[in-house]
Order: sequence, then structure tokens, then C-alpha cells
Amino acid sequence: MSDVAPPSSAVDPVGAHARRPESPAVLTRRRFLSRVSLAMSALIGLVLSVPILAYLLSPLINRAPSAWITIGRVDQFELGRTVQVAYDDPSPFAWAGQTARTSLWLRRTGQESFTAFAVNCTHLACPVNWLQDAGLFLCPCHGGVFYGDGSVAAGPPPRPLPRYDVRVQGDEVQLLSRPVPIGDEA
Amino acid sequence: MRRLRGAWDWLDDRLGISDTIVPLLVHPVPRVNWWYVLGSATLIAFTIQVITGVALAFSYVPAPNAAYESLEFITHGALFGNVVRGVHYWGSSAMVVLAVAHMAHVFLVGAFKYPREMGWLTGVILLAMTLAMAFTGQLLRWNQDAYWAVALLSSMASRVPLIGNLLVDVIIAGQTVGQSTLTRFYATHVFLIPAAMFVLVGVHVYLVVRHGVSELPKPGKPVNPKTYRKEYQALLDREGIPFWPDFAWKDVAFALWAGSLVLLLAVVLGAPELGKPADPTLLEAHPKPDWYFLWLFALLAYAPPSIESLVIIGLPALMGAALVAVPFIAPTGERAPERRPWAVGIVAFLTLSVVILIYQGSRSAWAPELHAAVPASVVEGLQGDARRGATLFDQKGCLACHAVGGQGGQRGPELSTVGSRLSADQLTWRILYGGSGMPAYGTLLRPDEVTALLEFMQAQREQR
Repeated sequence: MSDVAPPSSAVDPVGAHARRPESPAVLTRRRFLSRVSLAMSALIGLVLSVPILAYLLSPLINRAPSAWITIGRVDQFELGRTVQVAYDDPSPFAWAGQTARTSLWLRRTGQESFTAFAVNCTHLACPVNWLQDAGLFLCPCHGGVFYGDGSVAAGPPPRPLPRYDVRVQGDEVQLLSRPVPIGDEA
Repeated sequence: MRRLRGAWDWLDDRLGISDTIVPLLVHPVPRVNWWYVLGSATLIAFTIQVITGVALAFSYVPAPNAAYESLEFITHGALFGNVVRGVHYWGSSAMVVLAVAHMAHVFLVGAFKYPREMGWLTGVILLAMTLAMAFTGQLLRWNQDAYWAVALLSSMASRVPLIGNLLVDVIIAGQTVGQSTLTRFYATHVFLIPAAMFVLVGVHVYLVVRHGVSELPKPGKPVNPKTYRKEYQALLDREGIPFWPDFAWKDVAFALWAGSLVLLLAVVLGAPELGKPADPTLLEAHPKPDWYFLWLFALLAYAPPSIESLVIIGLPALMGAALVAVPFIAPTGERAPERRPWAVGIVAFLTLSVVILIYQGSRSAWAPELHAAVPASVVEGLQGDARRGATLFDQKGCLACHAVGGQGGQRGPELSTVGSRLSADQLTWRILYGGSGMPAYGTLLRPDEVTALLEFMQAQREQR
């Protein structure tokens, strides 16, 4: 449509052509072009979406490796006590700030043996608090309670508190880092 | 003056203002009442959110090591920062209230019926997006509530059948909670959902223009698709008024009132304080959503554990499905609420339920109270074992769930008069073996501690 022509249906070439009878069996030039255009559009979308989706889902593909992390010296933990320990993600983002850290509850069960519990309640992942005098973990959200060995004492939690692997190397207590225990990591 | 006139003519011709836009503004609408302002008011609330949101983005830093500090700066350091944040906060409440009120009104007057079904459906999606905006916005505060809400949300997402764990990975995206999460929610809150909302709002408004503003419902005058459009056109020809300004003045007047209220709240009350920053090592958290999600929060807390996953995943899905089904269940027939008792009943029931649940959610009586102390009035006058029992009652965590003398948690039964209710044997049994909500203290207490607690419990009698 040229710039000077008034916008009137009388000179509308598309309208005029559209009235021409076309048999659906015949692959006309117009139908061919329409199909090719749709196919090319789909191709553009497909090609674009591959890198974008891969980029968005990259954390699922490039999983952070587990690593043994030193969380303290053996002698700084009292036998039979459960204490909160925090450690840094081995490969944090430079901008992670405080969120590079993770907490866990560490219990010294013997001279060389430790048990480490995740802080996340198995109900809805709220942080459980250790009540030293009572010998219980208590979840502030919905009142889930765990015994000192991590087993469920009361309330809605479906499973015991998840554990981390801990080992003693020399005089150091080490922990095997793992994704936060939510979902099937629990 | 002539030059100005010429410039206007040029613009008008090239932009088509007189040809396209003015006719749109003055298109005839039926004579309707004040309830019809709710839709445009929601749109204006959305506009305010966009403007204040853009303003906040000028200073907000979406990085986990700076988000909280930048928000503290906006709230306490920036000129009028607290007002801008306050308007964004109260504006989000206003938008949720107005969107829900608009939907309730459309439902009650049957304006979702033929030919406006698509208007309803686009509205349902817009409501879902509004709620998604409200939720993602709360997380951007990056305080303790926000941080643990991410953990909570991931935990809920993990219960979705088949793709649950994938969702958790997408939300957390790393070994620790939060490092990658904040930017994900930021992009969602600031770009993804708003872009979709712009498109959908466009479609929603276009549909209003295409099918016209629904006329006031008349009892005994059901919608009949065969005749509806003809009758609607006849009504417009007979008694239609130009949208601008004959009806639009009501929209503007209401927007002025509602906007002033939001501004007033922002200036007087401001935005909520952030509390402590997001910190995985601060375990004293009790994440609670903003008020518009408290009803869902309460409902989940009340769900028995056996059907909990069903409630977490199934209930929102069911509510969404029910809303989508509305225009297909009753596409024709009576519109007047006085002829649709079920519609009125459903709205009344849902309103009442939501109000009660929001109240319950704000109390969250199911949550243990970790910072209570046995009141002096209860301890006073107690001797020996009973007095020691009072100390143990606090130390052993009993008080977190059981109140005495008005202090303590409300998760378990109040024990202020338990001595009159239960015998020594019954009390001992409960302490040693617990129950579904209470741990068995048998292995946690020494016999003398059980005796002391028992003495204390028995001292809690009615005459006190």
C-alpha cells in the first residue's frame, strides 16, 4: 500500500486477493509463504530458547561438587553437647555475603565421633532450635520436635533431621558439604 | 496561535487522536453504579506499583550482600525513601484488595457471563500474577522472614508430584539457600511478571472495549446469547452515556480517594521495618507472610499431616481450577445476585473464612513460644519440689507449648488449672509418654525431675 493512497477497501490488495477462491488441495504461493514464515518463526524461537533455557537451568546442570570442609578443632567441642556451627560454602559467589554461610547442629558423641544435623526441619524447612536443658530440637514454625539423636519426638515432621557426613582428620573436625537438605536431598 | 493549531492538526492527523482515541474515550457505556469503579482502580493501583517500583529500583541492589543495606538506605537515608517504599507496600495491599473486590463484584453481578468470559479468564490470570508479585516482593526485603520463606517455599515446592525436586533446584540453585535465589526472584518480580501483566492488562482492557461495560443486572432478565448483543446495543442507543467524562469522573474520584488513603498510610505508618537481615546462622526465625497470605498460611498449619501435601499443592490448584471453571459452569442465565443465592453464599462464605483465617494466621497459635517465662504470680507461694517444677517447666520446653497464668505457647492445652482436671497418674503418664504433638519425656527427665514437675502441675488448680 503506497503512502498517497487513501485507506479504503476499494484499493486493498489483500482484501481483493482474499476473495479469490482457493481449493485447499492446491499449495498456492500464498499458503506456501504463510507456512514457511510460520516455520521460520518457530525456528527463531527454538534457536533462541536453547541457550536461554540452558542458562536459566545451569545450576541443575553444573552442580557444585561436595568437599570436605574444616569446621573446627576437636577439642573445642564438649563431649555430649550439641552446638550450632556455621561454615562457608566452598565456592560462593563474590556477592553472596552472609548467604554463603550455612548452619548446622553438631553433637560430639565420643572422643572421635561427631554427629551433624541439618538445621532445616523436615516438615517445611524452618530452622530448628536446640533446647539444651530439655535435650530437644524445637521448630518455631509448626512445633515439630526432635530428640537429641535427630529422631522425631512430636509434631508434623515426617522424617528425622537430615545428617551431614562428618569425619575427624588429625585434630580437625571436617564436614562433607552437600546441598541444603530440602526435597529429595533430605 | 495559527502555528499551534497547525501543529495540533499535524499531530492529530499522524497519531489519529480524533479518529481513534477520542471515539474510544467517549464510547457509550450503560448507566452503572459506583461498584463499577473497582476495575479501573485496580489498574491505577498497578500503575502506582510500576512507578514506585521503578523509583525503588533506582537504589535497590539485588545482591544478597547488599539488598538489605540498600533497602535500609531507602527506608532511612534517602529523601522521601520511606514514603516511596511505603506507597509501594500499601499500594500492594491496595492492589490485592481492589483486585479481589473487583473479582467478587464481577462474580456477584454475573458480569463474567456471555460474552465476557475471556475478560473473567484474563482477570483470573492477572489475580494470580498480582499474588505472585506480592509474594516475590516480600522476598526482596531480604530480611530473616524473606530468607526462611525461601526455604519454606522450596520445601513446599518439593512436594509437587514429579517435578518437585526440579523446582527446588531452580529456586535454590546452589548448595546453600539464598546465594542465587535473590536475583532469580528479583528478575521475576521486576521483569518477568510485570511484562506478562502489561500484555494481559492490555488484553483485559481491550476486551472491556470489545464487549462493552456490562449493564446493571436486572432480576428476571437472564443472559441469552441469541439476543444479548442486540439488546445490549439497544440499551446503549437508548440510554448509553459517554464513558468520558460521564462515568470516568467516578473512576477518577475513587482513584483520588484510594490513592490518598495509600499515601496517608505511607506517610503516617510507612513501610514495615525490616527486622534482622537474612542470615543463615540466625536460627531464631518464625517466617510469617504479609497479611494477604496469612489465610493460606493458617490453612496449611491446620491441615492434618496426612493430607498436608494435598493441601499445599492441591488447594491452590483447586482454587485456580474453580475460578477458571466459573464462566463455563454458568455462561448464561440470571445475572442478578438476588436470583443467585449460591453465588452470594459462596462469596459470603469465602469472605468470612478468609477473615477468620487471617486472624488465626496473625495469632499463629500453633507456633511454640520460645521466649515466655513462668509468671511470678504462678511461682509465688510455691515451695520445694513445686517451685523447682516451675523452673523445670520453663527449662524443659513445656512452656513453649503450654501456657500457665497467661504466659507461654498456645500450641498445647492451657495448664493453669490442670491440677483440678487430671490425677497424678494421668499427669505422670502424659509427661512420660507424650502424645502426637508432645515429646515423650520419659528418657529426658530424671525421676526427681518428674516428681517436681508433677508437684508443680498439681499446684495449678482452679481456686488459684
